[in-house]
Amino acid sequence: MTLKAETIQAIRTAAHHHGGAKAAMLEALKLVQAAEGWVSDAHLAEAAATLGVTTAELDSLATFYSHIFRSPVGEMVILLCDGLSCYLNGADDVRDAVQQKLGIRFGETTPDGKFTLLNVCCIGGCDRAPAALLGPDRKLVGPLSADQLDQLIEDAR
Amino acid sequence: MLDDKDRIFRNLYGLHDWGLVGARRRGGWDGTKAIIDKGRDWIINEMKASGLRGRGGAGFPTGMKWSFMPKESTDGRPSYLVVNADESEPGTCKDREIMRHDPHTLIEGCLLASFAMGAHTAYIYVRGEFIREREHLQAAIDQAYEAKLIGKDNIHGWPFDLYVTHGAGAYICGEETALLESLEGKKGQPRLKPPFPANVGLFGCPTTVNNVESIAVAPAILRRGAAWFASIGRPNNVGTKLFGISGHVNTPCVVEEAMSIPFRELVEKHGGGIRGGWDNLLAIIPGGASCPLIPAADCENLIMDFDGTRAVKSSFGTAGVIVMDKSTDVIAAIARISYFFKHESCGQCTPCREGTGWMWRVLSRMVEGRAHRREIDMLLEVTKQVEGHTICALGDAAAWPIQGLIRAFRPEIERRIDDFSRKARLDDQGVLDPVEMAAAE
Repeated sequence: MTLKAETIQAIRTAAHHHGGAKAAMLEALKLVQAAEGWVSDAHLAEAAATLGVTTAELDSLATFYSHIFRSPVGEMVILLCDGLSCYLNGADDVRDAVQQKLGIRFGETTPDGKFTLLNVCCIGGCDRAPAALLGPDRKLVGPLSADQLDQLIEDAR
Repeated sequence: MLDDKDRIFRNLYGLHDWGLVGARRRGGWDGTKAIIDKGRDWIINEMKASGLRGRGGAGFPTGMKWSFMPKESTDGRPSYLVVNADESEPGTCKDREIMRHDPHTLIEGCLLASFAMGAHTAYIYVRGEFIREREHLQAAIDQAYEAKLIGKDNIHGWPFDLYVTHGAGAYICGEETALLESLEGKKGQPRLKPPFPANVGLFGCPTTVNNVESIAVAPAILRRGAAWFASIGRPNNVGTKLFGISGHVNTPCVVEEAMSIPFRELVEKHGGGIRGGWDNLLAIIPGGASCPLIPAADCENLIMDFDGTRAVKSSFGTAGVIVMDKSTDVIAAIARISYFFKHESCGQCTPCREGTGWMWRVLSRMVEGRAHRREIDMLLEVTKQVEGHTICALGDAAAWPIQGLIRAFRPEIERRIDDFSRKARLDDQGVLDPVEMAAAE
């Protein structure tokens, strides 16, 4: 699978816009991810070739940022907050419940490819703890109970 | 308590229009040209006189920071303003509200600050996770361009472009030089200082990095005068401030209050009081995870400002207060913070990369009590070896909460160790082998 022509074009435009290939590397990764959902080895190599940087350079950048996904993710990514305020307000119970419901742990995707569960550092929802971010537009939800998150997952299905 | 007329963020809760029309109704973009006409020096002096200290955590005087920028470019390098909107300090939820509900305060602030520093371009670096915030901010910027409030040819006579860029999930990018690296498209690894960003910043050019709140309050200060801002709070700790109150309180919230408000008043008036009453308070973390905790006894008369928190050996940070009641396992709570810093260390400096993992592993044994009493001092020693021995402040930030824990709750740690030892059977494996610990991670 090769990158779409418009993704390649967008990467070229980004390189121009950001003032050089190096400066546009992070943006290129985001463009690939936006188009493909995640950054595969083949796409990474292709993006690197488009920019004229080495694959290693681009990969070292990709692995530094936790929201550049180097393995496939589900249709809905659930980011559960790891912060202290959420912990104090029962985030561990929510975590246990959702892990049990989906049958996956942090960093895993359900077999049907619907959901990926990730933990994330404080998302600034402390006043709504325990909080989570859902889906591609990272909608902030909270305060969550295990039942509520259950419902949100059912709705997404 | 802060008077309603002194409030800067009048749409903090998003009850009104966040767009340009709403912002104008709240007094935004009013007389901006007149402020610019007073000149760069006037603005910087006014900011200095206002006594505003940076709202990102370090509390460096904003006006002074602005004055470090070159008066004019002697070598052709442009100057930049960069706004740090990579809010991710646990317990902090204030900048997100500004971007979502009152973005024009920030945009107007960017114009004024950039003018004062001779910058024609500014970047707002928004956290990767904040998608909705970024959309609001971008929409507000588009409105400002459309109304010719900013842009190459705007009604204020200072050509100015404002860009929003975003990260991809790395706490360390909130450190100013890491943020600049990330803006340049690189890994967010902090730079050695000096040279400071005011000399060599973004793309090697003079740059000032400010927190969202510091920039967003600037228009109000310049409109209403430094004396007004300086009259709120107590000397050296002036102005209004966004406080976040979370954890074990009845109504967690974000609220704009006067600096130097007593903690008890803050939490009872806005946070609905401690869950289970004031006497149920165990400790607080006053300004984000990196601040040492303050035990209940010191909270009684605690004044919420830079000097007040320093007097009880903590720091004001971002004013994101995390409250813990007596049901909290305080060692587990700090171990949680410790894990966070371990995860977010960028790995550049050995003391931080290795030390954060080390501290977390020892601390997580102490949660259980599976440790020796002498390890408490050893742990303290490790925190001292990390603190101050790293390029950026993440090492310090990882060390302080643990130091605070040991300072305030040493008897609790000892009690747990003693309990565990008493219960441990002779055939118990005791303290895990380091290899097993690494495997358990």
